[in-house]
Amino acid sequence: MIASHRGRLPMLAVAALAASLAGCAAAPSRDDPFEPMNRVSYSVHEVVDGHFVKPMVQAYVDYTPRPIRQAISNFFNNIDDLFSFVNDVLQGKPDKAGNDLGRVIANTGFGILGLIDIASDAGIPKGHEDFGQTFGFWGIPQGPYLFIPVFGPTTVRDGTGWIIRGFTTPTGYIPDVPLRNVVWGVAAVDLRASALDAESMVNQAALDPYTFIRRAYLQRREYLVHDGAPPPPKEDDE
Amino acid sequence: MTIFRSMSAVRACAALGALLLALFALPAVAQEAPDALVKRVSQEALQVIKTDPKVQAGDQARVRELIETKLAPHFDVDRMTALAAGRAYRSATPEQKKQLADQFRTLLIRTYSTALNQYRDQTIDYKPVRADPGATDITMRTEVVRPGQTPVPMDYSMTKTSDEWKAYDVIVGGVSLVTNYRDEFTREVQAGGVDGLIRSLTAKNGGGATK
Repeated sequence: MIASHRGRLPMLAVAALAASLAGCAAAPSRDDPFEPMNRVSYSVHEVVDGHFVKPMVQAYVDYTPRPIRQAISNFFNNIDDLFSFVNDVLQGKPDKAGNDLGRVIANTGFGILGLIDIASDAGIPKGHEDFGQTFGFWGIPQGPYLFIPVFGPTTVRDGTGWIIRGFTTPTGYIPDVPLRNVVWGVAAVDLRASALDAESMVNQAALDPYTFIRRAYLQRREYLVHDGAPPPPKEDDE
Repeated sequence: MTIFRSMSAVRACAALGALLLALFALPAVAQEAPDALVKRVSQEALQVIKTDPKVQAGDQARVRELIETKLAPHFDVDRMTALAAGRAYRSATPEQKKQLADQFRTLLIRTYSTALNQYRDQTIDYKPVRADPGATDITMRTEVVRPGQTPVPMDYSMTKTSDEWKAYDVIVGGVSLVTNYRDEFTREVQAGGVDGLIRSLTAKNGGGATK
């Protein structure tokens, strides 16, 4: 949303071209067969994010009162809960489905369209499910890792999940186009803002942020697919 | 809506920042149970963060000193280094092993001090430890709670060394610190051998200081 679709396609084309030129530079790993291309995307992302997105998001954080930002986050988290409910059902998890549906009803009805997260105050746990996790639950592997400029880390499987969500999310049905664009823009800013702290941690912790983010993403997704109890990792160093 | 959503993964991994929370203060008490140890050390850490005037004033040297003296002793940094460096560690010379562990330790301390600056308003829930009384390797589960945000699970893998428990991994929201560094270390070793990894870590830490 921040980069227009028109803007992003040429970027990817450039990335693909550069990747093909740099094709032999690094031995791709099993998880990341497109690493050379992804690294170019990452570089593009760093430039676009650092020069345009991040300064804007930082201004949003600096000049918007905390309660308002919290309400905005709550609003979009409520939509997350709705999709979590859908995916609880797709995975046949009735307990989580009940919780997430209860959250959506409580927060939408009594929390002013989700602006107030009264369900959390009442101790109803969030399910945190999404389409990518449902595919994983069904046994579909991650597929190649992808780094998309502005969007961030994903995989073929998880990215497919996000595309499905993009076409079905309630905010996509707002009839007034300018308003819809504003809502999607705010959603993007809200998400990026939530990653600011994490980002400075990564920059401090990582020798190579690309590698660090990739492993963190893949570990995190594996953990989520298994609802917090992933099988022990294979030790390939004996 | 979808844009940036996967940044939540980045958020989780940066919660690595939050990670080190329990790392603080552990005056060693022989035979202290691992859950009691984690609880005491992390509570003392939070207490210091909230009350120490120099920390409040943003004195980074003071923050690092606190981590160094109170928290680091409760981590088995040699084991963390061995796990993260894998095969390369086993073939390294004793001098290389020492340099690796020193630099890794410094990096973890610096990372933790960054995290502390960002996670001041948190509280920690401790989950009961499910393990045999005679166990020598356990996972201590905690949850970091911040107002208005989803709690972040933070688990400590701990092992009993001679007579005290030490942590050798921190797993934040499913992201293992050691596993994450394994990829990084492997990459550096492939590019420049063990010495290349040591150089990269040293450069990351801002020069030769190996304190």
